[in-house]
Amino acid sequence: MSKNKSEYLINRHDNQYEVVIGLEVHAQVTSESKLFSTSATKFGAEPNTQVSLVDAAFPGMLPVINEYCVKQAIKTGIGLKAKINKRSVFDRKNYFYADLPQGYQISQFKDPIVGEGKVILDMPDGQKEVGIERLHLEQDAGKSIHDLDPKNTFVDLNRSGVALMEIVSKPDLRSPDEVNAYIKKLRSIMRYLGTCDGNMQEGSLRADVNVSVRKKGSKEFGTRCEIKNVNSIKFMQMAIEYEANRQVDLIEDGQTIDQETRLFDTKKNETRSMRSKEDAHDYRYFPDPDLLPLEVSDDFIENLKSEIPELPDEKKKRFIEKFKLSPYEANILVSDIETSNYFENVIKKSDVKLATNWIIGELFAALNEKNLEITESPISAGNLSKLINLIKDGTISGKIAKTVFEQMMEGDKDPQKIVEEKGLKQESDPKALEALIDKVIDDNRDKATEYKSGKVKLFGFFVGQVMKVSGGKANPQLVNEILKKKL
Amino acid sequence: MSDITKQSLSELVENIKSKKLSSSEVTKAFVERSEKSKELNAYITEDYANALNKAKKFDEKPNLDLKLPGIPMAVKDLFCTRDLRTTAGSKILNNFVPTYESTVTQNIWNEGAILMGKLNCDEFAMGSSNETSFFGNVQNPIDKNLVPGGSSGGSSSAVAAQLTPITIGTDTGGSIRQPASFTGTVGLKPTYGSCSRYGIVAFASSLDQAGPMAQNVKDCALLQEVISTYDEKDSTSIDFKRNEYSKELTKDIKGKKIGIPKEYRVDGMPKEIEDLWKKGIEYAKDCGAEIIDISLPHTNYALPTYYIVAPAEASSNLARYDGVKYGFRAEGENLIDMYEKTRSEGFGAEVQRRIMIGTYVLSSGYYDAYYLKAQKVRKLIKNDFDDAYKKVDAILTPSTPSSAFKIGEKTNDPVSMYLNDIFTVPVNLAGLPGISIPAGHDAKGYPLGLQIIGKAFDEQNILNIAYAMEEKINFKNNINDWWIK
Repeated sequence: MSKNKSEYLINRHDNQYEVVIGLEVHAQVTSESKLFSTSATKFGAEPNTQVSLVDAAFPGMLPVINEYCVKQAIKTGIGLKAKINKRSVFDRKNYFYADLPQGYQISQFKDPIVGEGKVILDMPDGQKEVGIERLHLEQDAGKSIHDLDPKNTFVDLNRSGVALMEIVSKPDLRSPDEVNAYIKKLRSIMRYLGTCDGNMQEGSLRADVNVSVRKKGSKEFGTRCEIKNVNSIKFMQMAIEYEANRQVDLIEDGQTIDQETRLFDTKKNETRSMRSKEDAHDYRYFPDPDLLPLEVSDDFIENLKSEIPELPDEKKKRFIEKFKLSPYEANILVSDIETSNYFENVIKKSDVKLATNWIIGELFAALNEKNLEITESPISAGNLSKLINLIKDGTISGKIAKTVFEQMMEGDKDPQKIVEEKGLKQESDPKALEALIDKVIDDNRDKATEYKSGKVKLFGFFVGQVMKVSGGKANPQLVNEILKKKL
Repeated sequence: MSDITKQSLSELVENIKSKKLSSSEVTKAFVERSEKSKELNAYITEDYANALNKAKKFDEKPNLDLKLPGIPMAVKDLFCTRDLRTTAGSKILNNFVPTYESTVTQNIWNEGAILMGKLNCDEFAMGSSNETSFFGNVQNPIDKNLVPGGSSGGSSSAVAAQLTPITIGTDTGGSIRQPASFTGTVGLKPTYGSCSRYGIVAFASSLDQAGPMAQNVKDCALLQEVISTYDEKDSTSIDFKRNEYSKELTKDIKGKKIGIPKEYRVDGMPKEIEDLWKKGIEYAKDCGAEIIDISLPHTNYALPTYYIVAPAEASSNLARYDGVKYGFRAEGENLIDMYEKTRSEGFGAEVQRRIMIGTYVLSSGYYDAYYLKAQKVRKLIKNDFDDAYKKVDAILTPSTPSSAFKIGEKTNDPVSMYLNDIFTVPVNLAGLPGISIPAGHDAKGYPLGLQIIGKAFDEQNILNIAYAMEEKINFKNNINDWWIK
């Protein structure tokens, strides 16, 4: 059996345990208005300023489906290569809570809008396919705020009724690294589609994580625990690690695992029981009689298919085939739509190989240092393209280019102008270079004699001197050639 | 004119249009009569001063092209009315004042009518006698001791007693037709999807329909024409071609095929109901209709099916009354305690009973046996009607298995109360239109109604049949204004 390098196993005594993970991702649909009302969905608004009578569940108010959200869900389904269900049903999930004004959440239980699909992960040792079980539309609840008053809880209904897509994976994930790759890929696909902004800080993407363990080689699944509402990849990974080890310890100790819902305490880095299976809510799901089954036609779906942009997998393939990028380079450049757009803009008018190196190398490092997104880059794609052309045509050396680049980072200046203003243009006139070189040899006669007597290492010294005297502007290639002749 | 309140809606409209009467005169007459009729307890909230003001304004610049020009009207307190308290007959909404208007009432005001107040009803429309109202029971103008039916009991009482020329009710399992039958008035439950549910306090969403209640069929047709509109705010509203029901009303029903379902001959049905039905058949024949015996084989299952579906939906629809956002709140130690106290004190016994039934039938482990099975049976009941309508144009049945009963007579026996709806619930389950018209009296002189059930969207047809039969029946209500001292 070939050794799988990235295999994630937990060892205890002589036993090896495999971790089985499934995710229920809640992704907020990018939409101006809510799933069943016309209220706005802007993040960070003053509490209770984006609440309609429907969202606050006033008597006699009725939900009306937002067609745009339906389109967004179907587009996401297409992006997940999933089956689109032409008929789906909205159900009521009944439970009482102060931030759930209706006393039920409108969700899809038996008949979701999207069925089985898949997501391809690029792992260090190759590709891995993760199955998608389903995607359904549902309403978000409001927010209870417990820490503003010692006695009272405040409720903000701005989120109440916001459209979410719940994307349920099959239990196909086997390690925290795969979870990381899965979330990133899912987010990337949705950002390409414009169906979810994937902003985890703002709660646009969060997940319930199902974790179980089993002895390596076992075909049976272990009893799973569900860790609720984890809102960062790092926390998901920490929670999985803790939870998997907790379960292994229980098994090794001869105990059984209770199927239960757990919470991840980010401060203590541990999961804690929230409620057992016995205490699980009975949500009394039934079809919402205020809404008819949602039916979409083949034409409706076909029209949406025609709106789907090139997705990361296809883009990666094209980059490799057309631009001869390595899979590693292609992966980085397609990981989010803004980066790939930037890249494609740069290479419209400049060399692909140089552009790839400069974006992945200098630009990413510089952005990283300033904590900027590619969309906030001080250097526009057009100007980076110009810089690359200055290198390519020999106007400036790679080294000078780095100086120019640094200046460009301070503000989006035209590199051509920087080169002219600062006189950074490369000296490529053989006559001028010869004069320079003659002077350097003249000033270092003793070293020249040593060189001629066989101390060839000194060649580098002369190159260095020439570059120094020229202020770094001498064309290194020509300097080499002329020096060789002269010495 | 001293007899303003005795006029039908059509007469009032005619008199206002021909300027024989002003809106103020008409409104004043109904307000005065309403004020003299407090003993009936038909109103929960009166809005007389505003009504008189609005009438005055109307008269200053009367728009006589409207269908209900300056006509005063009180409506069931299940319709949300902007800036006027809307209680649904419940303590839990005792202090609730909507900032919005239901589509159905908006349609009425758009045609020039004027709101006089909100009429009593069973709490959240759950009841058949108006005795579950937090605001007390309503008396039937026929007899002091009689219930007016329910849940639209305030509405039926007010129309029969001529406190309002016309009104609207809602009908989930018979709540328009049964009280109409008990008070000798006409009540139409339209096809599901005909009238918008937007702004109507929900009882059971898949069954609730608003409809007109009137003194005669023509008035009923006119109001139906006003209230029935397609509404994008209600996802179950249906966009079909709506007739101008009052204009297209005709007594010519020659050759119409009317079905008589044998399953409606229930055990223990009083002979006078049986006799009324026979008489109804004769009237229909006299009008030129053809009588055909039909079968609706699943009729027996309608009532149990209804009492699973309706409470299931209600248990969820009423979850929003939790003391958090609006309405009544009892103080509690914590959230759960507050919920429990609010809902125990805020809801009456019948509402609590139905919430519990509904919660039970939706529970995991019982869902398939109750709710899912009920949905299947509901489909079979609908299929029965579909099959029948291959042979007939309409179906004739009694509206109720008895005349109005005494106040307090059935309050401790919910099942016997539920049995009142036995002829009306199948119509709601199938989403069909049904109209109850007064057709005679029992031995005690109490009114009895006949129900005409139509095909979906075929309101015009049953209104026509009712219109034709109404003339033959020539019903007269025996109301002696006993409550006016």
